[in-house]
Amino acid sequence: MSLTAVVDPLVQPTTVTLAPDSHDSFVVVQDDGSRSLSAFVRNIVCAACVQRIERVLHRAPGVVEARVNMTTHRLHLRWDPSVTGTQSLLDKLERAGYPAVPLLEDLRADGARADRRLLRCLAVAGFAAANVMLLSVGVWAGFDMGPATKSLLHWVSAMIAMPAVAYAGRPFFYSAVTALKARRLNMDVPISLAILLAVGLSVVQTLAGGDQVYFDASVSLLFFLLIGRYLDGRARSKARQVGEQLLALSATSATVIEDNGARRVLPVAHIEKGMRVEVLPGDQIPVDGSVLSGRSDVDLSVVNGETVPRAVGPGSEVFAGTVNRTGSLVVAVSGAGENTLLQEIVRLMEAAQQTRSGYVRLADRAAAVYAPLVHALALVAFVLWAFPLGFGAERGLLIAISVLIITCPCALGLAVPVVQVVASGALFRRGILLKEGDALERLAQVDTVVFDKTGTLTTGDLKLANADLIPHEDLVLAARLGAGSRHPLARAIARFAENREPLEVREEPGMGVEHTGMAGTVRLGSRIWCEVDLAVVPSGPELWLRRDDGRLTQFCFHDTLREDAVQALQELRKAGLDLSILSGDTAPAVEIAAHALGVSDWQAGCRPDEKIRVLQELAAEGRKVLMVGDGLNDAPSLRTAYVSMSPASAMYLSQTAADLVFQGDGLAAVPVAIRVARQSRRLILQNFSLAALYNAIAVPLAVAGLVTPLVAAVAMSSSSIVVTVNALRLRTRNGHAK
Amino acid sequence: MTVLLILIPAALFLGLLGLVGFLWALNSGQFDDLDRAAHSILMEDDDAPTEG
Repeated sequence: MSLTAVVDPLVQPTTVTLAPDSHDSFVVVQDDGSRSLSAFVRNIVCAACVQRIERVLHRAPGVVEARVNMTTHRLHLRWDPSVTGTQSLLDKLERAGYPAVPLLEDLRADGARADRRLLRCLAVAGFAAANVMLLSVGVWAGFDMGPATKSLLHWVSAMIAMPAVAYAGRPFFYSAVTALKARRLNMDVPISLAILLAVGLSVVQTLAGGDQVYFDASVSLLFFLLIGRYLDGRARSKARQVGEQLLALSATSATVIEDNGARRVLPVAHIEKGMRVEVLPGDQIPVDGSVLSGRSDVDLSVVNGETVPRAVGPGSEVFAGTVNRTGSLVVAVSGAGENTLLQEIVRLMEAAQQTRSGYVRLADRAAAVYAPLVHALALVAFVLWAFPLGFGAERGLLIAISVLIITCPCALGLAVPVVQVVASGALFRRGILLKEGDALERLAQVDTVVFDKTGTLTTGDLKLANADLIPHEDLVLAARLGAGSRHPLARAIARFAENREPLEVREEPGMGVEHTGMAGTVRLGSRIWCEVDLAVVPSGPELWLRRDDGRLTQFCFHDTLREDAVQALQELRKAGLDLSILSGDTAPAVEIAAHALGVSDWQAGCRPDEKIRVLQELAAEGRKVLMVGDGLNDAPSLRTAYVSMSPASAMYLSQTAADLVFQGDGLAAVPVAIRVARQSRRLILQNFSLAALYNAIAVPLAVAGLVTPLVAAVAMSSSSIVVTVNALRLRTRNGHAK
Repeated sequence: MTVLLILIPAALFLGLLGLVGFLWALNSGQFDDLDRAAHSILMEDDDAPTEG
């Protein structure tokens, strides 16, 4: 029998050490008997971090392989189980300053595979385009070329182009077929049609020994379009990765106490009703349930936006996602994974998402107008040349194809992704992460900004409000008492202790702290703890100090604004936006913040569903709302709003719900993001006009039958380059600012 | 023009070699972590103990 079985887990949880491989469920057994683990590593900021992590792990005995992906912050670790264990490796990492969260293998991104597929198509198309172009230049330049040589070059071109198109064209063909099946037209329909017709007709021409061979145009067209598609895909998969990382963090593990008292770390997905889970101070509670033993203060701010923790004891209900502050708890699981309040909020969020799906991307809208137009034009050209002009069906078809090819939206296909990639890079450098590819387009149209208060406009750190009214002596005494507690209010007072030694205190979780010394017993804590029997309702968070002689002192607290909140809101107002505050906090607290920021439109005491209702009303008035919030209670409204932002200090769920996440202590990111979004919208529109201008010149030429393959290829390439260069202007304007 | 019969296959072969090389690099995961590749020049590759 091990020691663990003897110790009652409910009484002394801390005496039990974790089994060396308590992360078993995350570990994969390899064929050669070694174990491997994927983990998300926090605190990676630069290449040196990556190197240090790898070095630390490589030096550890038994480690076979340790590789950190700097882009995704993922660690792939393989070791020999006879030498070392998961926990000791993770501990080593934590000591080095890089705590890691184990990930389930199936959480690993599949997006990379899609990216790779596109890249493979791109490589094939590039190869084919280069070679076919080379041959075509030979044909065009070869004035004295015999028909046999020309035919040979055409055949070689065909041999390269046909398999290349079949392989590299699949992303477009699939998309076009899907659209047609759904009885829609998208941009991929004319693209596929043009490419297939061009290749088909070129084959016919080659067989017949004709001159109108379009292999070069079709493969280079494919090449350019794939570049756009790849850039677009990369921007999206980056956004998806951010979301997945956040989700990975949410899928944290829970420490389960087994019947024999042993601790086992399990992924939340494996937790079942009736299990007992241990939650240490400072940890997030992983499940819904009721407290079996232990007392603590639980920070519910993520659920209701309240800043003061609530005291819990045996029998109290606790919710997944809330944070345990002061004491350790053993919780009987009543709901885990899918059955938690957290998931209820996720569902509310998903329901809210449905209402937003009506949004159509700018490029799709352009395509919806453009695609039928192109088809009509090509048809007109065909009919015109084939019949009234009397050149026959074959000549007509050739002209129609050249119309389809020259109008083919290379520039259009590049217009949006290039701008987006450049813009998201510019935002990234300023600490703003773009999570949804189309968020920029939505952000550019915003006319109203709704802020949550706690944690968004304010830092969520409470500061002592009535310090001036409290005798210095009391303040110092309270500070020395508070220094021994983990309660946020006590920590806020502890700042006044200056260099004095903290007093040794006994903490009663959920109540307060007590010190017995020469001066008798002093207490700092709640009204009940200090036996305050005043009828006055507290105006906000408060603490009481009770001395031995019964003297009482009240400490009141208020939240502090984010450092540049006033300036940021001013900039937003200058940009012509309406501002308002929707908060779950009490009215007096919200009023103070609203007054300080000069916002006249505010509502307090809003529950998550009320916030959603207000946002829906605003949407019904035709307003495009940007919601900025951080709490779990904000997550559904972040999804309801037209577009949303969340600080990086926010709950992971809110970060997942938000379209953009910004880092740092200030709110300056909000006006910056809106400015960049407006600029990129302007650039996208400019790019569309450039593409339209190009078509306005090229299409009549094509319809008139004046376009040779060379002209088509040159025109296509140059329009793509112009669009790309135009997008890069965003970088010169925003890239260097810090 | 008969020189073309040698030059074209030669050009295609070299191009194909490049393509195969690229696909190999892609499949062996060399494009999975572009950020790190950009920084790798700054990393010290000796395994000697360093301070800090």
